[in-house]
Amino acid sequence: MTAMPKNKPVDNRPAKIIKLEKKMRRRSGGKKLNRSMAGNTLLFILMGICGVFMVLPLVMIINNALKPLDEIYQYPPRIFVRNPSLTNFSDLFVLMNESWVPFSRYILNTIIITLGGMVGHVIVASLAAYPLAKHKFPGKALLFSMVVLSMMFSWTVTQIPQYLIISWLGINNTYAALVLPAWSFGMGLYLMKQFMEQLPDSLMESARLQGATEWQIFWHIVMPNVRPAWLTLAIFQFQQMWGNTGGMFLRSEELKPLQYALQQITSGGVSRAGAGAAVTFIIAAIPITFFLICQSSILETMTTSGMKD
Amino acid sequence: MSQTVAKRRQTVARDLTLRHEIWKNRASYMLIAPYFILFFLFTVVPVLMSIYLSFTYFNMLEAPRFIGWANYTKLLLEDDIFIVSLRNTLLFAVVTGPVSYMLCLLFAWIINEFKPKLRAVMTLVFYAPSICGNAYMIWNLILTGDRYGYLNGLLLRLDLINQPILWMQTEKFVMPVLIIVQLWLSLGTGFLSFIAGLQTVDKGMYEAAAIDGVKNRWQELWFVTLPAMKPQLMFGAVMQITQSFAVADISIALAGNPSVNYSGATIVTHLLDYGSTRLDMGYASAIATILFLLMVGTNKLVQRLLRRVGE
Repeated sequence: MTAMPKNKPVDNRPAKIIKLEKKMRRRSGGKKLNRSMAGNTLLFILMGICGVFMVLPLVMIINNALKPLDEIYQYPPRIFVRNPSLTNFSDLFVLMNESWVPFSRYILNTIIITLGGMVGHVIVASLAAYPLAKHKFPGKALLFSMVVLSMMFSWTVTQIPQYLIISWLGINNTYAALVLPAWSFGMGLYLMKQFMEQLPDSLMESARLQGATEWQIFWHIVMPNVRPAWLTLAIFQFQQMWGNTGGMFLRSEELKPLQYALQQITSGGVSRAGAGAAVTFIIAAIPITFFLICQSSILETMTTSGMKD
Repeated sequence: MSQTVAKRRQTVARDLTLRHEIWKNRASYMLIAPYFILFFLFTVVPVLMSIYLSFTYFNMLEAPRFIGWANYTKLLLEDDIFIVSLRNTLLFAVVTGPVSYMLCLLFAWIINEFKPKLRAVMTLVFYAPSICGNAYMIWNLILTGDRYGYLNGLLLRLDLINQPILWMQTEKFVMPVLIIVQLWLSLGTGFLSFIAGLQTVDKGMYEAAAIDGVKNRWQELWFVTLPAMKPQLMFGAVMQITQSFAVADISIALAGNPSVNYSGATIVTHLLDYGSTRLDMGYASAIATILFLLMVGTNKLVQRLLRRVGE
């Protein structure tokens, strides 16, 4: 393909009128531009098949959580639950009360680690992404390519040196050992920079002419305009932090996150399969809730936004 | 003589302008400082240390001992399993990478046409495997080798097989199954960023394009939508590369490490084998460095291809 198709119909009316007409047609019929019925059907069928395949884990997690123990080990296996009950959850709560550290402590830890890692990363990465996307300064290209390249180095081997550095800083076995490294993940900076690049320069230029500082421009102009981007990043980072079990950076039991405590419960084997199914449900349900909140907010900005020039 | 003086003057001048440039842009440096200080501490330094470790023998008990290129020569010339894992990894990269990328884009694009409510539901449906934590564990239930496995149960009931198949213990099934599971799992990141990217495309551009003679949705996609979201396409590609080259968790969860006759071995499972099990961090770092170079090369290639979108 080399150029736009040339065979457009001859229409001598002014462009404004044509545009208006299209708009009217769009409003009255609700029909989108450039869409064919056959194409719609084909795409819907494709989506349907793939959708069923994709949603399978969600369906199974929900059903397993509601299955009584005898149904979990049933032959032939069934996906859907027959006699739904909440015994798995009550079993789980009994097990929670037996834990050595009060369970509320694990929840508090998770809230600190997840929110700290997420909010901090979104702010710090966005702050850095703005100059990288919109300013010109020495070293910019080098710094950016370092971030992109860093995402390709295997996490497993850098963990040992990272552990040494965290010990050297004296933040080993504190929340900071998980939260501070999370602020500098490569993905967030990359994502934010890509979105900020799409903002028209005129937007910032006019603010600059009115005497706004770079900080004000960032806070009042750039960030509101890339809301879908940072909400998306928040979803990614929430998940990343939520999945963290503390690993080697947190040794004290009273600092460990919920994920760790829940995994301890499920490692009990067959007798805990019921509680385990409930755990899997909870582990999935919380990021999904967060996702839905962010997602609806993204869609909202989309329908109200008119700030693109 | 005078030449060297002139040259020196030139470098001094360049030095001064550079310093001036840096001073002039101090606001930019202030903004990037918090991120990059942390980034250097927690990423750049560890990566450099790992690269250094790849030239040593390091068992995490004694101090690292410098051994030159020995890890690399052993890796590339003597380690048969590395060759197997390299082959499998490249298979993931060639199959799941591009297919998953295209699917992400296709789904994001279709979903973007839906009404907001339906769009929210469909986004959740397609993002579900990524959001459910270790949801791929579900595949263990599906693929269990006895008749309790969902897949075996289904096939037995349909009389397609008369005895259960040991899916993950049979060499020829391992890679195809892992590829399907990886595809299923890998839609997440790229998909969400495409969805967000599509929402930033200016709606007026579609009308303008329709007036310019774009006739169907495919032309619209190629000439309007894709060029407008090029930054997201680049981002998605990098994420896809890092994901498909680093497949390991699903292989370990479903096929085990080591898997049957190393049929499901990937570079990262091999790395984990040396790094976590055999505690040979030097060798593991050498594997990581090779993997890094592979990814960087692929990334260069893919970015070059993406620049031609919409031409």
